[in-house]
Amino acid sequence: MKEDSVNIKDPVLSIRNLSVAYDKGNYAVKDVSADIKRNAVTAIMGPSGCGKSTMLRAINRMHELYENIETKGSLILNGKDITDMPTIQLRRMAGMVFQRPNPFPTLSIYDNVIAGYKLNGIRLKKKERDEVVERSLRDVTLWDEVKDTLHRKGTFLSGGQQQRLCIARALAFDPEVILLDEPTSALDPVATSKIEDLLVKLKENYSILMVTHNMSQAARISDYSMFMYLGELVEYGKTKDMFTNPKDRRTEEYLTGKFG
Amino acid sequence: MNAAAKITAANLSRRTLKDKLFKGLVLFLSLITISPIVLIIYKLVAKGYRQISLDFIIKTPPNTFEAMTALSNGELIPGGIANGITGTLLMVVLASVIAIPVGVITGIYLYENPGKPLANLTRSISDILQGVPSIVLGLIAYMWIVKPITSGFSALAGSVSLSIMMLPMIVRSTEETLKMIPQSIKEAAVALGVPYYKVILRVLIPTGFSGLLTGILLGISRILGETAPLMLTALGSSVINLDITKPTSAIPLLIWEFYNDPNMVDLIWSSSLLLMGMVLTLNLVSKRIAARTK
Repeated sequence: MKEDSVNIKDPVLSIRNLSVAYDKGNYAVKDVSADIKRNAVTAIMGPSGCGKSTMLRAINRMHELYENIETKGSLILNGKDITDMPTIQLRRMAGMVFQRPNPFPTLSIYDNVIAGYKLNGIRLKKKERDEVVERSLRDVTLWDEVKDTLHRKGTFLSGGQQQRLCIARALAFDPEVILLDEPTSALDPVATSKIEDLLVKLKENYSILMVTHNMSQAARISDYSMFMYLGELVEYGKTKDMFTNPKDRRTEEYLTGKFG
Repeated sequence: MNAAAKITAANLSRRTLKDKLFKGLVLFLSLITISPIVLIIYKLVAKGYRQISLDFIIKTPPNTFEAMTALSNGELIPGGIANGITGTLLMVVLASVIAIPVGVITGIYLYENPGKPLANLTRSISDILQGVPSIVLGLIAYMWIVKPITSGFSALAGSVSLSIMMLPMIVRSTEETLKMIPQSIKEAAVALGVPYYKVILRVLIPTGFSGLLTGILLGISRILGETAPLMLTALGSSVINLDITKPTSAIPLLIWEFYNDPNMVDLIWSSSLLLMGMVLTLNLVSKRIAARTK
């Protein structure tokens, strides 16, 4: 079978006929189907309000936090339907990083990294905790910068460092997939490029799904790209193909800056 | 001739004068606003400081005869208000134990369900409760506790009436504090798979802790000086009492008693000074905490 957008071999995540509505009948995401490649960076692009964040947040069932949001269709993470899993388990398998860095203001750097364990009451031995913290911080290349100040508050770090701390916090659980919602939109160019390098490095061990409104960022670091418009998945394929030879007129117009 | 040049010297001096007058008025009115508190503290310190000593804190009040003897010999009135201090502490602690959990949980409920009819009703009722005269709360506690439960005046009844006074302040400050916590912090915790109740207990409450504490301290400082409800509930006691089912004294109750006894008048000032000091300290501490979090 040929590999195309909905038929990727051994995908980490399969999205099938996903629709999400904030008000009844008014869909922000319309009937999206796609497979997400394992150990790759997949970018979701599109103009504001096209439903890209909405789709991302459906994957870890974040919408259940709010009332009246209707989700239809199915999401299969590592072969298991996410609605069959307790949200607690699902959210450990799908780590999320948000638009603005949001370390817990009351916790130290160290405690922020293991917050997932700490807040869930999972007891680890001191040695295991230290290992998780060091591994996660090394993964996000923050270890050398903070190893002497692990017990200071996480909010003392710079914006870029805070965002890497938030990625480390998501990595601490060793998730199957990392969901990033415009992770660099609140950061300066230097911090942005650090995060981009980091994501490219992280795909060796993790599958990454990233929402971005920055086309050049998608071009720089993603292997696969989705283009969404008005809640629909317009085009999905290898990033290189999409940027050099877009199939849909709307994709081409977006990529050439005619709208968005 | 352009417009700017039209501002003649006379015109300018009139404007400057107006400006000065206005500044003077603002300063004068500000002074009027702060003068009561300055005058109160001055009066309390000037009249009360002589009676303040270790005895004042660890002894119970003298009887009227002892006070009269001391007065006629030109000595300080012996004894102190230990029964009032312990009674006030006992009732405030008990009232806090009742009001804090109920108030914080109600506040969380209001924060979590802002638009629900029951939440709106609760919020309105809580606001109305804040306006209920304290003597009425005393009457209610009398009906609920003094008659049926402790069959007599008691610290418990006093605490219940005080806790009802505290409740709306705690509910409000909890809701307002939680509202100020960015939604992203909550989402960060939820995204880590933290169960809902733990998000509230281990993330939202610690994050908003200083705000909650400020509300609680202001609530306490409000009930510290309450007299009317205690007259109908705790009644007063001439000895130190730590049994919540028995009548108990409190600093404001003692002030009232001293007021009614011509021989004890000197004790009014020192008791008021102590009470004022406690309230002021709580207010300053809560201001500090609030400022630190901003």
